[in-house]
Amino acid sequence: MSVFAAVLKRDLALALRQSADSFTVLAFFAIAVVLFPLGVGPESNTLAKIAGGVLWVSALLAALLSLDRLFTVDFEDGTLDQLVLSGEPLVFVVLAKTAAHWLTTGLPLILLSPVLALTLHLPGEGYGALLAALSLGTPTVSLIGAVGAALVLGSRRGGVLLSFLVLPLYVPILIFGTLSVEGAILGVSVKATLSLLGAMASFAVILAPWAAAAALRQATE
Amino acid sequence: MHRFANPTAFMRIANAIFPWAAGLATVLFVIGLPVALVTSPPDYQQGDSVRLFYVHVPSAWISMLVYGSLALSSAAFLIWRHPMASVSARAIAPVGAIFTALALVTGALWGRPMWGAYWVWDARLTSELLLLFIYLGYIAIADAFEDPERGDKAAAVLGVVGSVNLPIIHFSVEWWNTLHQPSIIKMDGFTVDGSILLPLFLMLGAFTCYAVAIWILRLRSELLAVKLRNARMSEVNLASAAAE
Repeated sequence: MSVFAAVLKRDLALALRQSADSFTVLAFFAIAVVLFPLGVGPESNTLAKIAGGVLWVSALLAALLSLDRLFTVDFEDGTLDQLVLSGEPLVFVVLAKTAAHWLTTGLPLILLSPVLALTLHLPGEGYGALLAALSLGTPTVSLIGAVGAALVLGSRRGGVLLSFLVLPLYVPILIFGTLSVEGAILGVSVKATLSLLGAMASFAVILAPWAAAAALRQATE
Repeated sequence: MHRFANPTAFMRIANAIFPWAAGLATVLFVIGLPVALVTSPPDYQQGDSVRLFYVHVPSAWISMLVYGSLALSSAAFLIWRHPMASVSARAIAPVGAIFTALALVTGALWGRPMWGAYWVWDARLTSELLLLFIYLGYIAIADAFEDPERGDKAAAVLGVVGSVNLPIIHFSVEWWNTLHQPSIIKMDGFTVDGSILLPLFLMLGAFTCYAVAIWILRLRSELLAVKLRNARMSEVNLASAAAE
């Protein structure tokens, strides 16, 4: 467990010192959301209808963009080899790096989302569900993303390949995330969809680090 | 199980199966295609469009069968490091992708006269489309590294991750679909008559034998490619040793 704390602390310190990285992800999220009203027109009923979906899709794309740097820097400067060779359980290393990734991208995305939801005229009932769904869904996004990021280490055309691998796997999160927001607006109970998001997060927290660790071991062989 | 890790032993069995699979596929196609496309009666509701069904259903079946074997090969490769498992997965992935695409195209062509649109966001269609993306991702990553062994390993991890995820994707898409739109389409809308079952089973058998035959052919060429690569590598090594 000490390796978890150490890696988490290190990655958070690095992220804070290079806060421009997190900021860029947030800026991308904001710009992507803003493009939708410009594309479909400013009519507030239409915007309210698509708000949940737009926020979720943009959040997924923003998170995807940031996955690239999850392992790449450590892979290139040899830190990753050291971590693998250290004999510490690699699963905890992955878990710590993923947690740091979520704290520096997922969490800021969640905090920014209500502001962007305002610009899309999201009805008042949707905000609670949006925040709850994003809080339950974005950890899974980081976890699945960690598997993808570990798999493409050292490949040609890494970035495009990464989105290709990971986006189909994000579909369930997108569906239940959007359904939660829509359900809340319609006044339906969103317990079921939120529970499913939570179930996927618990599932992913157990399986994804294991798969990502296997991929990291291959990458550093 | 471990006996099959040896390419020679594996190929001995595969080569013995090949003529049977290819022959049976030919026989079944020769009987099945005329029955399915000409002599079987048109459906009372769908007319002649029902004939697309005899290509569509076997394609969809193969697309899932192949993913199953891909996932099993990937797992076998990760667990036992069987070199043949990765060669097998590499050989079969494009077959699966093509049958998935075929299922989608025939589905779209059938959908146009039946549902009035080439594409409907039906749960089955959507998960089949996502399956195609997963296949393409698998092929892309297997081929994305300078070192082909690294590609094998990365692809195997993806194959296993995909097999865990596919049921979740299918289930979520189904849920999404039923909540989003009332189901206009009911697959049990027509009675499945014996006149439909006969050509359907003939075509299912034909497609399955064909997929097995193609898989063995592709196995052979994959193994030859590996041999060729090794021969070239040793040639380069010899040349550099001589230069020193």
